[in-house]
Amino acid sequence: MIPELGHFALILALALALIQAIFPLLSRRAAFGQLFFVLFAFVCLAYAFIINDFSVAYVAENSNTLLPLPYRIGAVWGAHEGSLLLWITILALWTGAVAFFRNQQIPEEFRARVLSVLGIISSGFLLFLLITSNPFQRLLPNSPGEGVDLNPLLQDPGLVGHPPMLYMGYVGFSVAFAFAIAALWNGKMNSTWARWARPWTLSAWCFLTLGITLGSWWAYRELGWGGWWFWDPVENASLLPWLSGTALIHSLIVTEKRDAFKSWTALLAIITFSLSLIGTFLVRSGVLISVHAFANDPARGAFLLQLLAFVIGGSLLIYTVRAPLLKSEAYFKLISRETFLLTNNVLLMSIMATVLLGTLYPLILDALDLGKISVGPPYFNMVFVPLMAPLLLFMGIGPACYWYEIDHKILLKQILYPFVLALVLSASLILFITNMLPILVWLGLFLAFWIIFSTVISACTQNKMLVRRKWGMLLAHTGIAVCVIGITLVTHYQIARDVRMQPGDHVTVGAYDFQFLGVNDLQGPNYTGADGRFLITKNNAPVNLLHAQKRIYTSDQVTMTESAIDVGLTRDLYIALGDPVDTNAWGVRIYEKPFVRFIWWGGLLMVLGGLLAIGKNRKL
Amino acid sequence: MKPTYLLRYFLPLITFLILIAFLWRGLYLDPRKLPSALINKPAPAFALPTLINPKIIFTKNDLLGHWSLLHVWATWCLTCQEEQPFLMDLARDRSIPIYAIDYKDDANTAKQWLHDHGNPYQLIGFDVHGDTGINWGVYGTPETFLIDKNGEIRYKVTGALTPEIWQTKILPMIKNLS
Repeated sequence: MIPELGHFALILALALALIQAIFPLLSRRAAFGQLFFVLFAFVCLAYAFIINDFSVAYVAENSNTLLPLPYRIGAVWGAHEGSLLLWITILALWTGAVAFFRNQQIPEEFRARVLSVLGIISSGFLLFLLITSNPFQRLLPNSPGEGVDLNPLLQDPGLVGHPPMLYMGYVGFSVAFAFAIAALWNGKMNSTWARWARPWTLSAWCFLTLGITLGSWWAYRELGWGGWWFWDPVENASLLPWLSGTALIHSLIVTEKRDAFKSWTALLAIITFSLSLIGTFLVRSGVLISVHAFANDPARGAFLLQLLAFVIGGSLLIYTVRAPLLKSEAYFKLISRETFLLTNNVLLMSIMATVLLGTLYPLILDALDLGKISVGPPYFNMVFVPLMAPLLLFMGIGPACYWYEIDHKILLKQILYPFVLALVLSASLILFITNMLPILVWLGLFLAFWIIFSTVISACTQNKMLVRRKWGMLLAHTGIAVCVIGITLVTHYQIARDVRMQPGDHVTVGAYDFQFLGVNDLQGPNYTGADGRFLITKNNAPVNLLHAQKRIYTSDQVTMTESAIDVGLTRDLYIALGDPVDTNAWGVRIYEKPFVRFIWWGGLLMVLGGLLAIGKNRKL
Repeated sequence: MKPTYLLRYFLPLITFLILIAFLWRGLYLDPRKLPSALINKPAPAFALPTLINPKIIFTKNDLLGHWSLLHVWATWCLTCQEEQPFLMDLARDRSIPIYAIDYKDDANTAKQWLHDHGNPYQLIGFDVHGDTGINWGVYGTPETFLIDKNGEIRYKVTGALTPEIWQTKILPMIKNLS
């Protein structure tokens, strides 16, 4: 009964979404109505999981009576149909928020148009869900007594956080998109739309940053070989809107403050959400190979692609027709904050384009019958670093500039000290600790220190008052610097050992001694396996006793490696149990990963900075 | 308005339309299908002890002088069981000699399997570590190679060898190239 109610609620939601799209006077109320019914449907699906209703096909495919409750709820978004419902629910939440918040003094006519655009997107996705991917499909009359189980890779706390956060970001950019379309449609586009769009765009950006950070952290813990970014097509699908979104939030600042870059900002808003949509398509269509991809089905892919063509093609058409009317009148000199922000955006979009090209290249070659290749980390790392380095360099200069123009002598004086200080400090630190100075490590540390020093100095010297937004920029830029430190140090200084160990054996990795104590049988709620115990000591003082496990999940006999991690400020110690060798010995992978945590703390700092920048420009 | 002025605004839309065209095409391609790099090339040389009698060595020379099928299988491969009846038919009809490589398997289990399911093969090479399989570009089981009289690989079937594939792809190829 409940699943049918959920199904019916979705149909009602579709009707309301269409009303929201077509009738501007009713759009606010229709938006609230749509939100209610979509939430209702989502709760119905969650309920089916909680009570183990295996007559619903989606529950039977993704859950199991032995699955712990938190993961049963997480399983709601574990596969295609449910995650699509989550996508729609989050879109309805953002739409409801736009309908609800009246304190921005947005004219009702404009707001109605924004809601109308959002309604079109909702309708499209609800139609897609109902026609091709109904999560409430029943398996009657012979419903299974037991479900297949959730993919063990997804049975991790990271599952609870990562997709919802990611979707909040992905989908959140639809608001900026709708603002841009509404403004373009209006034709009179002054820069106030940028002021209205800013808090929405920043919130979406914060969620996306958090989602990507969580995903990287989750992969590190779950996948068993200590990697934190693989340039997998689905990972790239989340990075592309992030890169474009970062360009967008910076472009919005210029449009709001200087009435410049108007058509660029509108285009960026359209591109960012379009990249979110294309990412959603890539994950579900079977067009690219990825460990992340949902089950592929060309029929679904075809529907989704047509939806995309309509939404993105339509919005780009509107842009093409209306953008010539948006010539900006502001001028600025060569050395000015505007120039650096423009350069920043050009670099970000270039990085976005190269990542997009690399992700789609196998498909392009295959479609042109030029062969089958795969594009992986070697390509991405090779193009990413040379484009990132100048970006990081300019990140330190831009905030030091004034709007419109800054005298180059004044600028040089501002940036000279942090430049030299960063150069010298990074070199000294590396030489002092390792007696060597690898160029790439020096470059990474120098750029990170440079950003931190120059940002701090420019914030302190420019304004007597440190307002919230300045703090936001400080924290967010520092977050990037921290992330760069983490990436540089872990990439160059990590130590990996792949050894065969018997109980009692010792292995030395870095300054630490790892002793294998033996393996016990393991019994979990829905798995069995082996639990390997390892004692870590440093200079004979105990550091930690870790349990690295190999789990075999009962329902589908899939083997998972649960790595053991000793978390530290300056390093992680990472142990993964491999396969049993002979009767008594095991293959063991041990890593020392210096400063790897900085990668995710940097991400968190970025989120914090973004959050601070959302509010009004008051003192902290 | 000057044409170059307009072009700048059309660029995003045009780029997107090209992208859509590729994505549309991509829906009907299978990225997982990997064609063999060995088609129309000489089969790699090998020397494997046979499963039944390890003293007899199965080499590429055994494949020369006639069309043959080389079938890569294992007892742990479920699809191979589905394929087995058709292979037995082929062997009974003497349509084409079938040779095999037993890939990454256990010898005793394999012999028992053949005892239970029948043995359609002329010779079975026992590739316990998969080294020969690597040379042939094997990345899963079952895989079947069509080899001509001169020892060149003419076709590769990834997955089960079905009567359809035999009728529509392999038989015509043998007829055309004989």
